[in-house]
Amino acid sequence: MFRLFFISIFSLFSQLAYSKKSVFMPPEASVYARDADQLYSFILNVSAVAFVLIILIIAYFGIKYRRKTLNDKTPNMSHNFALEVVWTIIPALIFFFMFGWGWKLWNQARHSPNGALEIFAEGQKWSWSFNYKSGRTSTNVVYVPVNKPVKFILSSKDVIHSLFLPAFRKKQDAVPGRYTSLWIQPNKEGEYYIFCAEFCGTGHSEMIAKLKVVSFKEYAKWLSNDPYKGLSLSAIGKKTFKTSCVACHSSDSTRKIGPGFGGLWGSTKQFTNNKSALVDETYIRESILNPNAKIVKGFPKGVMPTFKGQLSEKQIRGLVEYIKDLKE
Amino acid sequence: MTMRKHAHHFKDGDHEFSASKMGVWLFLCTEIVMFGVLFVAYFLYHNQYPETFAEGAKFLDWRLGALNTVVLLFSSFTMALGIHFCQKNDSKKAVLNLALTLILGAVFMIVKYYEYSHKFHLGLYPGKFFSYEAAESVNLAMYFSFYFLMTGLHGLHILIGMGVITWVLIRARRGEFNSKYYTPVEGVGLFWHVIDLIWIYLFPLLYLVG
Amino acid sequence: MSDLLGKNYINCEKGLWSWLTTLDHKRIGIMYLIAIVFFAFLGAVFSLILRYELFSAGKDFLTALQYNKVMTYHGAIMTFMVLVPGIPAVLGNILLPLQIGAKDVAFPRLNLLSWYLLILGAAIAIISLFTTGVDTGWTFYAPYSTGSAQSGTIFVVLGAFVMGLASILTGLNFIATIHQLRAKGMTFMRMPLFVWGLYATSIIQIVATPVVGITLLLLVAERVLGVGVFDPKLGGDPILFQHFFWFYSHPVVYLMVLPGMGVISEVVTAFSKKVIFGYKAIVYASVAIAGVGFLVWGHHMFVSGQSDWAGVLFSFITMFVGIPTAVKIFNWMTTLYKGSIEFRTPLLFALGFLFVFAIGGLTGLFLATLSTDMHFHDTYFVVAHFHYTMVGGAVMAVFAGLFYWWPKICGRMYNELQGQIGFAFVFIGFNVTFFPQFILGAMGMPRRYFDYLPEFEHLHAVSTVGSTIVNTGMVILFVVLYRAWKYGEIAGDNPWNATTLEWQTTSPPPHENFTKEMKVTGGPYDYA
Repeated sequence: MFRLFFISIFSLFSQLAYSKKSVFMPPEASVYARDADQLYSFILNVSAVAFVLIILIIAYFGIKYRRKTLNDKTPNMSHNFALEVVWTIIPALIFFFMFGWGWKLWNQARHSPNGALEIFAEGQKWSWSFNYKSGRTSTNVVYVPVNKPVKFILSSKDVIHSLFLPAFRKKQDAVPGRYTSLWIQPNKEGEYYIFCAEFCGTGHSEMIAKLKVVSFKEYAKWLSNDPYKGLSLSAIGKKTFKTSCVACHSSDSTRKIGPGFGGLWGSTKQFTNNKSALVDETYIRESILNPNAKIVKGFPKGVMPTFKGQLSEKQIRGLVEYIKDLKE
Repeated sequence: MTMRKHAHHFKDGDHEFSASKMGVWLFLCTEIVMFGVLFVAYFLYHNQYPETFAEGAKFLDWRLGALNTVVLLFSSFTMALGIHFCQKNDSKKAVLNLALTLILGAVFMIVKYYEYSHKFHLGLYPGKFFSYEAAESVNLAMYFSFYFLMTGLHGLHILIGMGVITWVLIRARRGEFNSKYYTPVEGVGLFWHVIDLIWIYLFPLLYLVG
Repeated sequence: MSDLLGKNYINCEKGLWSWLTTLDHKRIGIMYLIAIVFFAFLGAVFSLILRYELFSAGKDFLTALQYNKVMTYHGAIMTFMVLVPGIPAVLGNILLPLQIGAKDVAFPRLNLLSWYLLILGAAIAIISLFTTGVDTGWTFYAPYSTGSAQSGTIFVVLGAFVMGLASILTGLNFIATIHQLRAKGMTFMRMPLFVWGLYATSIIQIVATPVVGITLLLLVAERVLGVGVFDPKLGGDPILFQHFFWFYSHPVVYLMVLPGMGVISEVVTAFSKKVIFGYKAIVYASVAIAGVGFLVWGHHMFVSGQSDWAGVLFSFITMFVGIPTAVKIFNWMTTLYKGSIEFRTPLLFALGFLFVFAIGGLTGLFLATLSTDMHFHDTYFVVAHFHYTMVGGAVMAVFAGLFYWWPKICGRMYNELQGQIGFAFVFIGFNVTFFPQFILGAMGMPRRYFDYLPEFEHLHAVSTVGSTIVNTGMVILFVVLYRAWKYGEIAGDNPWNATTLEWQTTSPPPHENFTKEMKVTGGPYDYA
């Protein structure tokens, strides 16, 4: 009876092991993701079987050897060398098998193939900016071609961030003062999340970028395309706002991490040094490039990083025009 | 001479002595680990920026460092004598040696004071207060951060050591120690020796290797 | 109250002052208990604030900055003020001398000083609440912590330093006590396993704590002087901070769980009335966990930017921690075999420990394996994993120990039914809170997020419900213990018919623990 139960549990888990989908994981978007999921499924199944066995045995002992009388006699079983050796070696073998498998995949994951498309990715509080070799830059969105190896070279402007691509089962910290890297080879077109996985402050959970995997043609088109061609300054500003500012500022007057932009233009702001100023072009430009020069009352100092070198002159002008249009 | 009774949970005075000595040793282990971390960090950055550290070491006068090394070595000797005379029931000589140790500690601190004020005079402050202008290395401040952190923490221990030596000195003058009971002097002595030992490592690292 | 119980350590002196100046290890243990229950209450309040903010997606009642502060306080209070001092300082203080037949710990005054240092450190850390607070996370990673605008950081860091000193002194005291004050005939291999757990823990306290101590001081120096050791702008290396930090903070998780494992060994044998299976294996496993625990810190840093080979090495060594852990679980399991098992509250907690800790240990495999960790690192999977090991490990074990020894500590028996109800709340609530977080982590939800994607909402809601249940359970359990202390039935000297030395004196024990000198002639668990 007891044995039958064990066998059925075993067969249940062996079936699970052969099922295609990985339990709880997001869809796989690369060959590596599938490989990593196989290892994941292996560990999951082994763990589940081990856990169920342990609990069943404890439950069985608990029922069978429940205290009957106060004078129950118990055997003097102090140890059993053979048994203890067996249950030391078996887990050890399983653990080192897992280690070896993990190591093999780790080697694949850490060494990018030659000729990978290289993209510089820089984290800063609280956005990702991407820099292609062609000089094209983008913020919080990155286009890559499908079926081509892509290598992100990571750095950080301020604190440690971490580029996390759940669909690719990879992440890597971006550390100020050095380069680290992460590579992927997407095999499905689509849009994927890039999270920041290392705590980086107030806007940590807003620091979400998108990875767009597209056909090579579409990628080439995007790369050569001037994103602001034919747009009014204000429309350029709106686009810039949506990628670079929206994590901390709203387009109406609600307060997020920083003040809202709605109704900002032409108002007079009180600063922490008890001075005040009219919101005009000069003030907006200074707030973007040197954000800690004037701090609006009620907001902490040192939160906003500079966008010097991040935004082009055109984008700054665009933002000025866009802010002019925003009403409360 | 008053006979001191051991604490209630020990069998006898010897038992209490060996427990106390073990306690002191365990504490000294933690001190060594703590300084060890600073040494590790020093080695790592020394490897990374050899020029910076070489330039920094030039500002230190090895003769003053050597003088302080001799002073501390000699103070270890007088400390050991202090313990020895406690064991021999000779509290007069014990007091004399403990006082000598105290004075040598003070000499060490005075030399340190001169060294520090010389650095401050040049603007060789740690970290962001660094204001020396003729530095060749960009991060010379880091060398002096290490210098002041390591010698500062060590100096703080010398001061604490002088404090506890004063304490056992007063007790020795009252004649509280004898061949049966001298645990506090022994403990303080161990502490003092370990502090000296740490200086023996600091001196070549900061003044000579560079 | 204690007139029925005869003269003992509780009623031998009266008044608050007699407690605040006591050198009796049992009284100091009780004072630790009171302080730590208070800290745990604070930490739990912060955890409930967190969970309710996360109940639904989007901003509810906290700002992101407030959330980060609450998250930091929850972590810092629970680690430095509750888990680290938890079992060693409370149960260890009360039981260690009793279990080895000693009159007190080796250095009673130092013991009292440790308590005051803990209170002082905690006070310094809590004062920061009245400044800007701290928002770095309990890990204080540089350069975020060195540049954070929240000046409360310094208070919490200094507080943690002072509490570290308290922890060092406790460890030092215990090692000296174990070496010097064992009863006649009690060889090392005849010591109860809880004592072995404390011994392994104390070694960790002595060797690891100074590392974090100086690291925290360097962090303060970084903020005050700008020394540049961890600041890349000045040539420093932020990853070095992580190395130093985890060199302490990884062994610390064993510091939390090893004495817990000791409690489980005691409880499992006592309630199966059977000699422990594989005493020596458990001893060696404890020491092995403490030793290997020092060599695995880098598994917190697989994706930090440390070298690939470091990752491989740390992953390999980490697997060695799994082996003694598995061995211990098998030993406890086999101890039940052919025993005479009585399901009382302490045993329920011990079995709850096995359930929770098995999950915690097995999920550790996903994190120790290099390529799966790349996905799970810094997600909710890690959050769930360490709550299963540390909360499962420490909290289940603390309650197992408190209920098991409560009759010894206060001479009175708790109410069995109420104890079991409390257990059910904590056990069910805990699993409901944290199991969904494994799934969230697998789905890709990073930790320390103030806000999250809508697809994560259901599981977060379940988790919040669970946290309410588990905290209700905690309140029930402390009420049960308090009522037992006040109104419980007289328990007698050895209500469980257990064999270790603490049960051979009166309940509660007299000031000097034993009225005669103890002699030991055999192993600690002589049930056969």
